[in-house]
Amino acid sequence: MSFKPIEFVPAGTKFRFVHHWRLALVETILLALLTLYLLASPWGPGLNYGVDFRGGIKLELRVKDGPADIGAIRAKLGELNLGGLQIQRFGDRPTDVLIRMEEQPGDDKAQLELIAKVQRAVGENVEVLGQEVIGPAVSAELISSAVWALTLASLGIFLYVWFRFEWQFSVSAIAALLHDIAMTVCLFSIFQLEFDLSIVAALLTLIGYAVNDTVVTFDRVRENLRKYKRMQLGELIDLSVNETLSRTAMTAGAVLITLVALFVLGGPVIRGFALAILFGMVVSTYTSMFVAAPLLYLLGVHREWGTDAPATPAAAEASRARATFK
Amino acid sequence: MLYVSRWNANIVAAVCVLSVLLCVPSFLSKQTVDRWPSWLPKKQLSLGLDLQGGAHMLLAMDVDEVRKAWLGRLAEDARRRLREAKVVGKSDVILTDEAVQVRLSKADETDKANKALRQMIQQTGNLLAGTAGTDIDVQKGDEGTFTIKPTDLGLQERVSNALSSALETVRRRVDSMGVAETTVVREGRNRILVQVPGIQDTKDLRELVGKTAALSFHEVHETVTAEQAKKSGPPPGFKVFPGEGKDEAAQVLRVVPVVSGDELTNAQPAVSSRDGRPIITFAFNTAGARKFGRFTSTHVNKPFAIVLDDKVISAPIINEPILGGQGEISGQGFTFESTTLLANQLRSGALPAKLTVDQESTVGPSLGSDSIEAGRRATIAGFIGVAAFLILGYGLFGFFAIVALLVNLALIIVAMAYLGASLTLPGIAGIVLTMGMSVDANVLINERIRDERRAGKTLIAALDSGFTRAYGTILDTNMTGLLAALILIAFGAGPVRGFGVTLAIGIVASAFTATTVTRYLVTGWLRWRRPTAIPI
Repeated sequence: MSFKPIEFVPAGTKFRFVHHWRLALVETILLALLTLYLLASPWGPGLNYGVDFRGGIKLELRVKDGPADIGAIRAKLGELNLGGLQIQRFGDRPTDVLIRMEEQPGDDKAQLELIAKVQRAVGENVEVLGQEVIGPAVSAELISSAVWALTLASLGIFLYVWFRFEWQFSVSAIAALLHDIAMTVCLFSIFQLEFDLSIVAALLTLIGYAVNDTVVTFDRVRENLRKYKRMQLGELIDLSVNETLSRTAMTAGAVLITLVALFVLGGPVIRGFALAILFGMVVSTYTSMFVAAPLLYLLGVHREWGTDAPATPAAAEASRARATFK
Repeated sequence: MLYVSRWNANIVAAVCVLSVLLCVPSFLSKQTVDRWPSWLPKKQLSLGLDLQGGAHMLLAMDVDEVRKAWLGRLAEDARRRLREAKVVGKSDVILTDEAVQVRLSKADETDKANKALRQMIQQTGNLLAGTAGTDIDVQKGDEGTFTIKPTDLGLQERVSNALSSALETVRRRVDSMGVAETTVVREGRNRILVQVPGIQDTKDLRELVGKTAALSFHEVHETVTAEQAKKSGPPPGFKVFPGEGKDEAAQVLRVVPVVSGDELTNAQPAVSSRDGRPIITFAFNTAGARKFGRFTSTHVNKPFAIVLDDKVISAPIINEPILGGQGEISGQGFTFESTTLLANQLRSGALPAKLTVDQESTVGPSLGSDSIEAGRRATIAGFIGVAAFLILGYGLFGFFAIVALLVNLALIIVAMAYLGASLTLPGIAGIVLTMGMSVDANVLINERIRDERRAGKTLIAALDSGFTRAYGTILDTNMTGLLAALILIAFGAGPVRGFGVTLAIGIVASAFTATTVTRYLVTGWLRWRRPTAIPI
């Protein structure tokens, strides 16, 4: 085979990631403040919660004869005096409309009657693509289970990394992870994109992925700690990040390709979901290099790795590699 | 590491070939697969509601109603036990929202009553799970008063039992619709999830599933009318039942029914031979027939009332004793549709308590097929993109990674088909994402080989340690990913869970393929070509 594979990242890069820790720190603090402002302060716009968290009715309709006239629909539905009414285009077809509204007073039959009324108001020739009615009991539970899921996932990863590495690694990994989640949530808040259950699923996936990146880097740090006993820590971390840069580029590239395919071609139903992971993943690639690595440097690491007789085949391999290196 | 035992290689090859073959039916139409000879595997990946269209409904059981019904039975039980224990003084048994209060008129009978009432307490819960306890509390107050109160544990068990029986009832009702592949499962502590593919209008489904349909036959009080009872209170043991609709009058009925709906063996919609109006014919079981026969024999020319969900639907006069255990019900509001529905509900049994709709969603067939099309396009584009990227980055080794990726995809599809997990749109997203993420294991291995080669190792040594030393990292990254996926499954609802399932299966499958398939391909290639350089 005469074909020569491309090395997307040339071997022996020497970026000084740790060196810029002050910049990363300022950025992280600013992000934290922004997140607080957007979500927790009374002036911030908060999140645009979807029907599953807020409770209420969501209708996806297709007008069969010609494109939907959003203005006309808004005027007509305005007469019905519905609470929390939102009308927007849905997906890529001009005929499709998404209508959201609050749950109306009354039992669940009242909701169905309302849906029928709205449908009639939109037009004669309307097809229901999908509809969803979520009561307050379910939405409250969905919120609490979403919070639980995110907390448990972070905690589980914290414990796993602690178990496999050291607490300093664990803290850095979690900080990087929170950084990614905060970024993504801020994106959804600033642009008021619909934040629903699928976005929580995206955040959980992101947690799994973002930690991947950090763990791979840390794995190399641990290995290099065994290998270069006297190298200064900052230098060693920089070396490790540089060594794994090619892998980061390849994996991030592959995931990026699939996510762009999902975002562009996957249809309107999962567009928000694809966007959340896509954005979060780009951020997490940055974070694992510029936040997790410097933080690990600031926290410092015990350097007793491998002083004892190598316990695992990998460690034995490492010590042999060290011998050849010298 | 590069030595592969023949057995191992054969097993892995068999798994790969089998998974590729087993996922073939999932790509064909159901009709095609049905025509195959019977010995061929036919299991197909089923589509979730969001892809094939249909209705999804989350029904919640009214816990309050379960508690009230139980309190009613407790009060009755307390009366009976006091009577059997020969507590002679007139005792009051009062039903409140929270508890049953007993007040004795003779204080010297306190001990006797205490003993009798305490016999009502039953052990419940699971000793091994550490939840053992009693189902009710009997507290002795001062001056011969008692409070009988359900414990949380007892209530929990009652709700759980009621939910199990409601689940059966709902399942029978949904089955009667004659739609294939419906789902009726328990969800959480007090909910039932119903999924019916292919239907768009949930109104009928709500009516069918949500109605309690508790039918009972009651004795009508002979002298007291409903107006009198409303003014001066009903006679003891009796209660005013409202009429159904405007045409049916309220009646004063004995609370304990003569016969109740659970003794019905059959109910069918029919047409009355007298006036051509819709009616329901029914038949009792032996015990029910005997009770009904005895009652109608002693109450000829007197009215009795047929009550459905606490409302009188008709109160006919008994013309002659009904001994055969069969009869018919007519009602003012009956239509041909409503009798068909009601007969169906009566046959499937009453719900132990009302079910309310907490969440419902429907997906139309257009959106479903749009989503399938979008999912297909994204999957194909994603695969081509990743494949091209791998070839560009790793050449021949990229090709090996692509083979592993294909096996990986086949494994996901087969695992989902045989685990009975249905493919949802987020599930497709999970598969597409897995294509990107599962490449990571191969990337780690290949990068490692490059590193080792750069460190000056020989070809074989570089390959060998490349595989060995990447494993620790692969384990760590997959474990954290798997953790997130499992949490998605545990906490996610509906389609999100589908996403978690594909993600989890994808991670396990990719760990398998990266550590076996790629390695065996590389080993095979080494033996075959005896290369002197690694093309990465």
